[in-house]
Amino acid sequence: MSNSAAQLAYLAPELVVAVGAVAVLALDILLPERSRRLLARATAAALLASLAAVWWLYAGEVAGRPERLFTGTLVRDGYSLFLDAVFLLAGILGALVSARYVDREGLQSGEYYALMLFAVLGMMLMAVSAELVTLFISYEILSLSVYVLSGIARGRAESAEAAMKYFLLGAFSSGFLIYGIALIYGATGTTALEAIGAAVMSRGLFGNSLLLIGMALVTVGFAFKVAAVPFHGWVPDVYQGAPLPVTAFMSAGVKAAAFGALARVLFTAFGSLSAVWQPALWLLALLTMVLGNTAAIAQTNIKRMLAYSSIAHAGYMLAGVAAYTAGDVALGSVLYYALVYTAMNIGAFAVVLVVGREGEGNQELSDYRGLAVRHPWVAAGMALFMVSLSGLPPTAGFLGKFYILNAALRANLIGLAVALVLASLISWYYYLRVVWLMYFIKPGEAPPTLSGAPSLRLAVGMAAVLVLILGLWPSAALNLAQVAALTVTAGGLPVIGRP
Amino acid sequence: MQWFLEIAWWIPLVPLLGAIANGLAGKRLGKTFVSTVGVGTVAAAFGLALGALAALLAVPGRQFQRDLFAWIPLGSPGAGGFGATFEAPVGYLVDPLAAVMILVVTGVGLLIHVYSVGYMGHDEGYSRYFAYLNLFTASMLLLVLANNFLLMFVGWEGVGLCSYLLIGFWYQKESAAAAGKKAFIVNRVGDFGFVIGMLLLFLAFGTLRFTEVNGLARPLVEQGMVTAGMITAITLLLFVGATGKSAQLPLWVWLPDAMEGPTPVSALIHAATMVTAGVYMIARTGALWALAPLSGAVVAITGALTALFAATIALTQYDLKRVLAYSTISQLGLMLLAAGVGAYTAAIFHLMTHAFFKGLLFLAAGSIMHALGNRIDLREMGQLRRRLPQTFLTFGVGWLAIAGVPPLAGFWSKDEILAEALALGTPYWWASGPVLWGIGTLASFLTAFYMSRAFYLAFFSDQRLDRHVEAHVHESPRSMTRPLWILAGLSILGGAPFGWQALGGGQTTLGAFLDPVWAVAAHGAPEAAHHAPVPNWVLMLFATGVAVVGILIARAGYRTRPFETPEPAQRTLGPFWAFFEDKWHIEAIYHAVFVRGGTALARFLAGPVDQGGVDRAVNGVAGAVGKVGTGLSRAQTGLVRSYAMSILAGAILVVAYFAFR
Repeated sequence: MSNSAAQLAYLAPELVVAVGAVAVLALDILLPERSRRLLARATAAALLASLAAVWWLYAGEVAGRPERLFTGTLVRDGYSLFLDAVFLLAGILGALVSARYVDREGLQSGEYYALMLFAVLGMMLMAVSAELVTLFISYEILSLSVYVLSGIARGRAESAEAAMKYFLLGAFSSGFLIYGIALIYGATGTTALEAIGAAVMSRGLFGNSLLLIGMALVTVGFAFKVAAVPFHGWVPDVYQGAPLPVTAFMSAGVKAAAFGALARVLFTAFGSLSAVWQPALWLLALLTMVLGNTAAIAQTNIKRMLAYSSIAHAGYMLAGVAAYTAGDVALGSVLYYALVYTAMNIGAFAVVLVVGREGEGNQELSDYRGLAVRHPWVAAGMALFMVSLSGLPPTAGFLGKFYILNAALRANLIGLAVALVLASLISWYYYLRVVWLMYFIKPGEAPPTLSGAPSLRLAVGMAAVLVLILGLWPSAALNLAQVAALTVTAGGLPVIGRP
Repeated sequence: MQWFLEIAWWIPLVPLLGAIANGLAGKRLGKTFVSTVGVGTVAAAFGLALGALAALLAVPGRQFQRDLFAWIPLGSPGAGGFGATFEAPVGYLVDPLAAVMILVVTGVGLLIHVYSVGYMGHDEGYSRYFAYLNLFTASMLLLVLANNFLLMFVGWEGVGLCSYLLIGFWYQKESAAAAGKKAFIVNRVGDFGFVIGMLLLFLAFGTLRFTEVNGLARPLVEQGMVTAGMITAITLLLFVGATGKSAQLPLWVWLPDAMEGPTPVSALIHAATMVTAGVYMIARTGALWALAPLSGAVVAITGALTALFAATIALTQYDLKRVLAYSTISQLGLMLLAAGVGAYTAAIFHLMTHAFFKGLLFLAAGSIMHALGNRIDLREMGQLRRRLPQTFLTFGVGWLAIAGVPPLAGFWSKDEILAEALALGTPYWWASGPVLWGIGTLASFLTAFYMSRAFYLAFFSDQRLDRHVEAHVHESPRSMTRPLWILAGLSILGGAPFGWQALGGGQTTLGAFLDPVWAVAAHGAPEAAHHAPVPNWVLMLFATGVAVVGILIARAGYRTRPFETPEPAQRTLGPFWAFFEDKWHIEAIYHAVFVRGGTALARFLAGPVDQGGVDRAVNGVAGAVGKVGTGLSRAQTGLVRSYAMSILAGAILVVAYFAFR
């Protein structure tokens, strides 16, 4: 692949988003004040166009055979295409839930949507990175965009505080990541993932402490981004302080991107060291599931509850990565879960937005009392998302969890599988408490009227339909996830312990 | 004819469509529409079920299975440790077992739907009620028609959800809302066992399809591919699921509270159908249980003890619906006792007759409530036979049927359970034939007694009605009394035609129909030693004697005497009465341990652990390792810093682990 124009064609989805981001910035300057609303549509259009490009590449059967681009720094394969689709879904839903909110809260709409597109671009580049430095730069594109997005409601102190916290802690963990990359380079002389894997095998670096420490630091860097315990401290504060649509978008998108990158690094570069990292991830997954779910029980603010819930879900996905020995089944389950989680979590946040009032009001659990009586459709949507998040059939969340369990059991991680079921058992309590409040408790004195922006309703509807489809007819999406996972694991995964 | 089997998937679908129609448009289109759709769809399902039964009789092998579409394909050649290709289709299985179940569910369900038209006629949530009830019927039919565990689990959760919605139907009532919550939480414990059991089953067998599981069980164990211990673990975990759904020890606590829901709901869900799902599930996977004698023994003894335990509580209750609820727990115990010893036909037979007479008793209790303005306390009844003659006669039939008086339906099925328990038993002394038979017989004696007590207190004894109530006592409308009479007919005639042959020890009609289901399962198994130590007619005579004695004792104490406290049974039992009345103190213990303990644990984890404890702990580690931030022993010195410390400590631990493993 020498012709760089032809190589660019493989990056069509990323390019469309990049162009879209710049175009949104330009439109922001060119358009008169009152037409700023068009920016949300332009954003959605750019994301849809990118999704079309993903589809085009799929149709061109790119998914099945990895294509190495730009001297091997990027790789276009089914894995990255699947993840791209997840990010774009998060972006589209994110843009839909933002539209009314950005107007109402008087945010800088040009910057807002441009940053959102840049964040999506960062995620997509992380997914195609086949090399650690490129991966790091993409990671920073994503991180900087979401730091600013968290603080974009400048009028509110909580928003600024969230951005500050996120930035400081994020910078701290980026340090771990880049230091880890440096150590890995020092040990192997390369930053390309496949070359690292080959070097470990050919030079027998199984006990090389430089390499092992590097691997540990890289794992820590990503563990921060996925919000694994004990790297989770920022999550409740940031999720609560950031503007709600931003929280919705990043809770799903950033998590998916970090998991996509973590899994690719571990599977491709460090497969032969799985005996080292598997138990560590096992423990992280366990801690994350248990702490996330138990702490969520005590929350009275729905944003904080969903923040702890997102920690818990990171635990489930970590269990999927820890199930390395199940090969493509493990990776496929993580990919599928990322998709499912995006739909159901943004859906839940969209309902929180529907119920919410100006200035982040109406976000206590008690505000959900009797919602079903006055707004049966909204309540039904929320009930569906809660049921799905808790992992009950016949929703997408059930199947997502089922596949992760399946992978864990195949990898012989029976203890972790049991812990996963127990943890979700705990989670049923707080998710279904919301359903309980909506359906079984009398509404408060002054029932809220809802902010019924059509775009918001569309987002709830889209997410609900996806949750149902992914629960009832999952085969199509599942096959795609499986094919995507196979492009990473196709060469066969090495399973070698320390000699 | 085959055509009815081809379209059997419409059986759950039709009530589901009814639920959707009533849920979305019921409020706008009015009561006539709601009743027509609600009752009509169940009637249609009943018709389809009859057709399916007729068609099944003509099918060789009497088994019809069809996959509608591949629901969850997870083909993964070569990957993973097992190389199993997993697929869970959306498909159904019609065999004699499923046929009996769908007939019971749609038949009894239809009567209860009709009854509800009258009973719920004045409720403002009329359309919501029928939407839930139809949804329940659809879920229950899905549960019994599913051809694999995963799809069954969808129905299993679906009926649970509907039960929860209907218990809390009058959510304005604090107690109803709390009862719904309790049912929900207790059932989650059971589901945990069910899910883990199902996953282990898949791990061991590579399939969740019932026909394959039943067919593969013995060969896999004989070839050493699956250990007997694994089968025991799977079956015990599945049994945990069954104890939740079927309200057995130790998870029985939710069912008595479930009586907060409307009475027809208690009749349909909490007596006739949903609670029997555990029994059905065990019967469905008979081949597994045949390989796990220990699990069978555990099931049998749990069932027997539950039967006795619940019966002792039932005799101290004043709330008529609670008497019936404990009685249901007790009767479910008998069914599980039968399932545990492998007498599946007897279990299903009793499931069927119980659906008739317990459905009848609940509906009759509902009729009393209807007449007395929702009063259900036995202390406020008495002499109702004159005022409610139809209810009196039909309740009387149900009473004699459950007490086990021949030739009513309950007599045949209960006798079959006790006879089979004695003949088959289990290999363990603590669940051997005589032990199980003895406990079962004692429970039956108590059943005859407490049902008679309730019957005499309600319809005879002295008149203790409230003066305001007395003026308005009236017999229920026809839409309610007609289902009562039909169920009364079934309670009289619904047993003998299927089981009379047991009189001479021969194979019964129902047995001839059902036994082939498990013949496949038992294929290659050593012939169960079916030695009847005592001729069956002797046992029947004895059982009849036990029932009659129970009734006569209650008659002496309650029929003509005016009611007074302490009542005769209370005087006789002395301190035991209080012990039974307090449910053997079990609920109090649960509350202390789980509710208070759990709340405290959650608070602890959410509070000190996350905000203080973890931070403090990691701060300690970080301080010690890195010599950084010596002043950080207190957590609240600055949140960002403490979060960063947490990250650092985590990183140090991960690095240390990777490097010095």
